[in-house]
Amino acid sequence: MLASDEDILGQAETWVKAGKGVALATVIETWGSAPRPVGSHLAITEDGHFLGSVSGGCVEGDVVTEALDCISDGKSRMLEFGVADETAWRSGLSCGGRIRVYVEKVA
Amino acid sequence: MRRDLLTQLNDARRERRAAVLVTALEGGEQRFVTPELLASDPLGEELDAALRAGKSRLVEHDGKSYFLTVQVPPVRLVVIGAVHISQALAPMVKLAGFDMVIVDPRTAFATPERFPDVEVIADWPETVLPPMKIDRYTGICCFTHDPKIDDPALEEALRAQCFYIGALGSRKTHGKRVERLLAKGFSKSDIARISAPIGLDIGAVTPSEIAVSVLGEIILALRKKPLRTEVRP
Repeated sequence: MLASDEDILGQAETWVKAGKGVALATVIETWGSAPRPVGSHLAITEDGHFLGSVSGGCVEGDVVTEALDCISDGKSRMLEFGVADETAWRSGLSCGGRIRVYVEKVA
Repeated sequence: MRRDLLTQLNDARRERRAAVLVTALEGGEQRFVTPELLASDPLGEELDAALRAGKSRLVEHDGKSYFLTVQVPPVRLVVIGAVHISQALAPMVKLAGFDMVIVDPRTAFATPERFPDVEVIADWPETVLPPMKIDRYTGICCFTHDPKIDDPALEEALRAQCFYIGALGSRKTHGKRVERLLAKGFSKSDIARISAPIGLDIGAVTPSEIAVSVLGEIILALRKKPLRTEVRP
C-alpha cells in the first residue's frame, strides 16, 4: 500500500503501542537531485517491517540495517548517502544527489 | 523520538492543527511547539517561517543544528455531488494521498454502495460545510450542475480561501453562475478563482478521464506555488 508521511507516523505510533521496538528515519537534508524531499519518513520495526521511503528504494536497505542497530542500542545516528560515497556501488543514489538521514528510536 | 511527542504530532494531524516538532541534532533533545508557543520559543522566527512554508526543514541557531518536523493540516478535497465523475475520482484521490469527503443531499446518489471507501454525507452543503471548517488546505469540486446544491458550496469555498475551487459546467452555465455570484456581492477577482469549465484541458471525455483532468488541476493548484499558509492558534 502507498502511504503518505502522516500515515507513516501514525503506523509508527500503532507499532509502538503494540509493544514493538520502532525506529524512525527522516530525510533532513538533500543536495542536487534527490528522490524524496526533506521531511520524508521511513518507519522500521525491530522485526524488519518498514513503511515509507527516504529515497527511490536505493538506500532503504542500509537505512533499515542502521535502524535495527538503533532500536537495540537506543542511540540516534546520522547517515549520509550519495554517489561520491565509498558505498556508491552498494547503496548509492544513482540519480546523482546526496541525502542526509537522521535515524532515531521511538522510546 | 519520544513516544508522547509522536502521539502529539499524530493528534495534531488528525485534528487539522499546525505544530512543529523540534529536534536538536546534537544531543537529540526534542520539544513540541504549537503556534501559540512561537513567541516564547528561542527558535520562534525559524519555526514561524517553516510553518508558513508548510515544509519540514533543517535550521542553524547559535552554531547548533535543529530539524523542524512541520505539521500542517493535510490536504482535503470536498466533492459536491455523488455523481459518476466522483466515483472515478474517489480512488484516484486516495492514491494521491489526499483526504476526501463527498457531499450530496440527494440520497439516491449519496449511498455507501456507490462509494465504498470514502466518506459520503447525504445533506446540503450549507449544512455540512460550516462545521467542517474548510480552510486553505481544502479544495472544493462542484459536480452537480444544480445551482441549489453547487452555489452555496462555492460561496463557502470562496470565503474560506480554499486552495482549489472547481465547478463543472459549460462556459454558458458558468456565465450564469458568475452573474449569480456577482449578485451575491462577490468580486470579479474572487469569482476568477473558480476553475470553470473544471479540469485541465486534456480532451477528457469519459468520467474517468474528467477525473484525471480534475485531479491534475488540483495538484497544479497545490504545487505550482507554495500554499499561502495561515498559522492559526
